Amino acid sequence: HPKLNYRMDLTMALAGSCKTTLNRYLALEQPEDVIQILYIWIDGTGEHVRAKSKTVYSEPKSHDDLEEWNFDGSSTGQATGSDSDVFIKPVALFRDPFRCGRNKIALCETLDKDGKPTGTNHRAACVEMMERVKEQRPWFGIEQEYTMLTDAGRPLGWPVNGYPAPQGPYYCGVGANRVFGRDVVEAHYRACIYAGVKISGTNAEVMPAQWEYQVGPCEGIQMGDHLWLSRYLLHRVAEEFGVRITLDPKPMPGDWNGAGAHCNYSTVDMRTGEKGMEAIVGAIERLKLKHKEHIQSYDPNNGEDNKRRLTGRHETSSINDFSWGVAHRGSSIRVPRQVDRDGYGYFEDRRPASNCDPYMVTYMMVKTTLTCDHSA
Amino acid sequence: MELNFDDSGKHRSLEHYLSLEPANPNLIQAMYIWIDGSGEGLRCKTRTVDFIPKKPSDLPIWNFDGSSTGQATGKNSDVYIKPVALFRDPFRRGKNILVLCETYNFDNAIGKTNHRKSCLEVMEKAATTKPWFGIEQEYTMLDRDMQPFGWPKHGYPGPQGPYYCGVGANKVYGRPVIEAHYKACLYAGIKIAGTNAEVMPSQWEFQIGPCEGIEIGDHLWMARFLLHRVAEDFGIVITLDPKPIPGDWNGAGAHCNFSTLAMREEGGIKDIKEACKKLSARHILHIQAYDPHQGEDNKRRLTGAHETASIDRYSYDVADRGASVRIPRQVSADGCGYLEDRRPSANCDPYCVTERLVRTVILDE
Repeated sequence: HPKLNYRMDLTMALAGSCKTTLNRYLALEQPEDVIQILYIWIDGTGEHVRAKSKTVYSEPKSHDDLEEWNFDGSSTGQATGSDSDVFIKPVALFRDPFRCGRNKIALCETLDKDGKPTGTNHRAACVEMMERVKEQRPWFGIEQEYTMLTDAGRPLGWPVNGYPAPQGPYYCGVGANRVFGRDVVEAHYRACIYAGVKISGTNAEVMPAQWEYQVGPCEGIQMGDHLWLSRYLLHRVAEEFGVRITLDPKPMPGDWNGAGAHCNYSTVDMRTGEKGMEAIVGAIERLKLKHKEHIQSYDPNNGEDNKRRLTGRHETSSINDFSWGVAHRGSSIRVPRQVDRDGYGYFEDRRPASNCDPYMVTYMMVKTTLTCDHSA
Repeated sequence: MELNFDDSGKHRSLEHYLSLEPANPNLIQAMYIWIDGSGEGLRCKTRTVDFIPKKPSDLPIWNFDGSSTGQATGKNSDVYIKPVALFRDPFRRGKNILVLCETYNFDNAIGKTNHRKSCLEVMEKAATTKPWFGIEQEYTMLDRDMQPFGWPKHGYPGPQGPYYCGVGANKVYGRPVIEAHYKACLYAGIKIAGTNAEVMPSQWEFQIGPCEGIEIGDHLWMARFLLHRVAEDFGIVITLDPKPIPGDWNGAGAHCNFSTLAMREEGGIKDIKEACKKLSARHILHIQAYDPHQGEDNKRRLTGAHETASIDRYSYDVADRGASVRIPRQVSADGCGYLEDRRPSANCDPYCVTERLVRTVILDE
């Protein structure tokens, strides 16, 4: 008679991660005026996040209270060894769900020695663009899909040397043979809420071991900030469970869904009664003319990553063609049925890959739909 | 080689996150739950809400990708979910909630596996007769390789006999799941009336009721969701298949106990007997409503053996567990009470079952 084991393909990290021992130290009293700040930034790949910590001696009320810092850019693909200092400037502040108490996480922009944004710092340009279009109050909601992997790089819960039953029963599923890794999802959701990230929901996705969470609605620059922070929290929470997260847009070739970051978008005009639908269609027509430019901005490798995902199957549109439709999940842009009924609302750009940079995606969205700027 | 996670480390880790207080104290998590295109499966997704709803209609109607659940095509994929009942969430606790929903298509047509709407209409018509229901939900626990949990690999346990309501490590398998489920239901506000181990090893039963009208369907579906979800935490799979193991092993049903005010009052036995006669005239209609495949699933279970009636013949009697409908011995002695329809399959839709009973017995339809 087998003991009831919690059976999942999870690996326990090294002995040093034993939780009782750690908790003993995390429970040590921390003086009121001694705070740990975790500085986080996007590295040279444009996909991954790095972090390091610093003690400060008063609790910051906003990111402005924190000093600029720096790090070794030659170890993150952001500088050469001979001129390696790269600067990190805090731009947003969140509560730390791992260290709790008064400790904080500071999201940062990376700058070179002349104070200019480094190659993968797309936030700087996004801030300027959002400032230009702020009258239209652009709102975003991004649906971040991702896949959980075991330490060995295999999707979590998939049988060794084999495959699960075909897709069908997993989307929004319940049951030990339908979803794998729910604990990570639950922990991440709470960690985001605690930190102050605007997480709006979660669900299990079509491929087993694939999940989604949504961040939004966020106005302007907030979208990129909150999404990047939520990604850091996801990797960090999963680390505690011995699970790897990948944002690769097509982790399993074949008859398995890819992973996207569908971007829902609206402006004041689109959200307003009579003009709504007209503004939506107008924006979509503009996007049609810039399909190639958007595809190049919708993953960190100029569209090469998305080529594996946007095939026209598995609820994607083909990467070569632009299309849109009401409630159509096989098109580039989907206008929700409810919006079509109401005559106003928002639309969903289904093209961005799960590993896209949300600063780039939101920048392009407002640039194409709200400005006449045709420069690259 | 499958590596086992260190249980104590994992649970402590999740507990830490579940006890984090939100930055905004008004935020709660609402998990919307619905029946998918199979008529048997349940799906769920969650949204953050910034107020505490007092009734289901306080929450917005939402929607999902019906092409991923057998409820729509890709080209026209949005399906609506409308909140109809609220329960406390025993997994996330606090003020977080579970929201049972009905499905509607883009043109507001009722979703093809949404049997609740017509059930509600029928229950409202029959409201003055105060129809009460209690359903005995049987189910089987499976390991992740889809074999009954606790059975020896490539073999069978000893024959049925010692397992029903049993105690002992060689008599019952998986008791922690049922204990956890019972508590989860009580916390959520589900009217769970009891539990017991069943005749086949790894088979269990819980009962929901007595519920009046539409409540039975709502409470049973939510109890099923909690069962799958609790079992997930133990790495156990639940099946509601009515005959999971062919051969000399019991099937699984969802016996439906039923009464009206008249049946419950003194002398009600005559109303009970009249109901039994009315049911005999509609046997085929009932069989079609008693599993999600118009009776095809039940063909494997209702054989006339293993405490079932044959699917082809309708019968009723006092204390007879081989009959289609059983009148409990106590009811016969008291002269009033209820009847037990033993025909519904474990994977039946309780909205279909209870609607059919009310139509036949009360509305004469």
